[in-house]
Amino acid sequence: MQHISTIALVGNPNTGKSTLFNAITGLKQKIANYPGVTVEKKVGFTTIKGEKVRVVDLPGTYSLNPKQPDEKIAYEVLAGKYEHEPAPDLAIVMIDASNLDRNLYLATQVMDLGIPVVIALSMIDVAGERGIEINSKKISKRLGVPVVPIIAKNAGEAEKVIQYIAENEITAPGALAWNPGEDLERAVQFIIEKWIKKETDIPERAWKIEALRFLGNDHAINEIPDLEKQHALRNVVEEARNKLDESGKNYAAEEVLRRYDFIEKCTSSSVIASDDVSDNLSDKIDEYVTHKYFGPVIFSGILLLMFQAIFSWAEPFMNLIDLTFIEAGNWVAQNLPGGMLNDLMVEGVIAGLGGVVIFLPQIMFLFFFISILEGTGYMARAAFVMDGFMTRIGLHGRSVVPLMSGFACAIPGIMATRTIENWRDRLITIMVLPFMACSARLPVYALMIAAFIPDTSILGIITLQGITFFGLYIFGIVMAILSALVIKQFFSSKEQSPFIMELPAYKMPKWSSVANNVYDRGKVFVIEAGRIILAISVILWFLASFPNVDVPDSLTSGQTAEYPGAETISQAQLEASYKLEHSYAGQFGHLIEPAIEPLGFDWKIGIGLITSFAAREVMVGTLNTIYSVEDEGEEALSLQKKLQRDVNEATGEPVYSVWTALSLMVFFALAMQCMSTIAIVRRETNSWKWPAIMFTYMTGLAYLCSLIVYQAGTSL
Amino acid sequence: MKKLSEFKNKGKAKVINVKGDKALRILEMGITPGSVLEVIRAAPLGFPIEVKIRGYSLSLRESEAECIEIEQGV
Repeated sequence: MQHISTIALVGNPNTGKSTLFNAITGLKQKIANYPGVTVEKKVGFTTIKGEKVRVVDLPGTYSLNPKQPDEKIAYEVLAGKYEHEPAPDLAIVMIDASNLDRNLYLATQVMDLGIPVVIALSMIDVAGERGIEINSKKISKRLGVPVVPIIAKNAGEAEKVIQYIAENEITAPGALAWNPGEDLERAVQFIIEKWIKKETDIPERAWKIEALRFLGNDHAINEIPDLEKQHALRNVVEEARNKLDESGKNYAAEEVLRRYDFIEKCTSSSVIASDDVSDNLSDKIDEYVTHKYFGPVIFSGILLLMFQAIFSWAEPFMNLIDLTFIEAGNWVAQNLPGGMLNDLMVEGVIAGLGGVVIFLPQIMFLFFFISILEGTGYMARAAFVMDGFMTRIGLHGRSVVPLMSGFACAIPGIMATRTIENWRDRLITIMVLPFMACSARLPVYALMIAAFIPDTSILGIITLQGITFFGLYIFGIVMAILSALVIKQFFSSKEQSPFIMELPAYKMPKWSSVANNVYDRGKVFVIEAGRIILAISVILWFLASFPNVDVPDSLTSGQTAEYPGAETISQAQLEASYKLEHSYAGQFGHLIEPAIEPLGFDWKIGIGLITSFAAREVMVGTLNTIYSVEDEGEEALSLQKKLQRDVNEATGEPVYSVWTALSLMVFFALAMQCMSTIAIVRRETNSWKWPAIMFTYMTGLAYLCSLIVYQAGTSL
Repeated sequence: MKKLSEFKNKGKAKVINVKGDKALRILEMGITPGSVLEVIRAAPLGFPIEVKIRGYSLSLRESEAECIEIEQGV
């Protein structure tokens, strides 16, 4: 065996590449983003003859002539020109036997790279069921690379690939074994001589495939940042293309045609397909599932079941987590020496950790369902059915599930956008997703509606309160659609990469992959987003707790006119209220009062706007503290009454009116009031730029809409 | 000769040419001149369409179907 320190795993999407990766590496995996892009990098380790070998699971791709960022990384790593990843010593190409031609296309490209290649031929059992008999030995001989068949159903089959690598000397196949023909070969040589040799430092083994990439794909030329160089390269490529043209060859099609000719030769004698090669069961299922009318109905049904399950299954876990962290906080508060450190531990760190872990049940349940939908092949059908509707509003067929998840919580929803391959569509979906009325807004809506919207019934069963509630949900959806349409305008149509989506045959999901995926998503969230959430929690705790002022005696000796209904307020509650008002958060609330006054908000709401950045529902808790609401059991009712009775000292008018409440609800519907969303957007877009833009535009829009609601409302 | 986007029926058609800025990806997916594809169905609102090529199914939006020139009645 030659020395191998890094193996790259390559393959089309939907080939079971992740399953192979998991089987080879076990749980010894690391997941992170590649620097500067949003493509996820998966690295694991395996042992070959006692030596530790690094395995990189490259993003799934149909071609090494990249059109999207993830494909580009796959290509650059393999070509040895990616600076953040060592060049692999060997590539395993995962091939789906039930879809041989198209999968082999990628294999012929990998074979041009000048590194040893092993083909793992998976799903031969599935192919067999579909009437396709494959002679892997013959294919191997024709292709000129070893082919290791894997039976998907049998555990331990993946080991065969590693075993093969350990036991055999594998040499690199010769480049362009697919016979490009004289004209194309001449064009390739021309580009190598005139450009690649002189102007690039990519390893010689990848020269030919790099030349082909320029020849067929303008995108590859446009990527060169130096305009002068770009121009020079374009001239070289144009010349090569013209020569091809003269000999009657189409520069874009020639390479592809030649490769497919070669593939057909390889498979013609080694694949025996029965006359009717079709996946009958998939076709029959699809007659209903992708039907014009039944399709959307079935999809809605599945979504409904899924979210009902997420809500009802996740809730007990969330309550348990909540309780555990409260108990842990209480224990620390009582058993550690009191003082600032104790406060920091209990109210900053433990509460912050609780705020991270609380998201896990929903994230894990959502990814449990998404993994099953992806694994069975249904997700592609859902995208197919919904794409016509979604493209009209600037989104993608695959945007539906993440957006609907946003009704539970934006965090799992934003994580779920990774099922959208196209970066532009994915980004737009992420940017509008927080408008979906998540469950954290419910307590705020409930409080405001109960306190200020009259319970008048209209048409018998429907009340004004119900309409307001419903209206807020619709408002969020409408704003998401409008924002998507606007954001779409910022992307040139050039950036719209093709939506050519495979509809894979239905199959049973791999439960080990489902489990792995759920575990990975939970881990990524806790480790990467959790850090940011914890840091912001501590900052928010600091703002609400400092400076730690002394409570004046006058306050404690019954001087409580400022707080209506103060007769029942205990000493501790009053102190907490006083301290919050005089904290940095309180001062900030006063400071921004002039800015939020036109929206109908006073400094008390101002404080709430800051503290609720921890999570929207914290608004209710903050108002409780400010209004010194005592009994937790009846807090909603008593806070509601206090809000209704609160009077502006200067004017004698009530502080809150219907319009204040509506304005506040509109603000909460639109504003980016959630640090966890910011943290997950940072993680998923791999930059602070997008969360910053999101915060600015959403909060700006919230301000504007609240202003219009309050000013128009009060002037009526 | 017709564009695939104008092909309203289900059924088979022979690919004659693939043109336009999305041509490369369409070709790479196996929709090459000379190959035979089969239109299986259209999604609600008319597009995307599901097409069978080289033994597998894929979905094409209108803008992609426009790039593919076909000949009917194969």
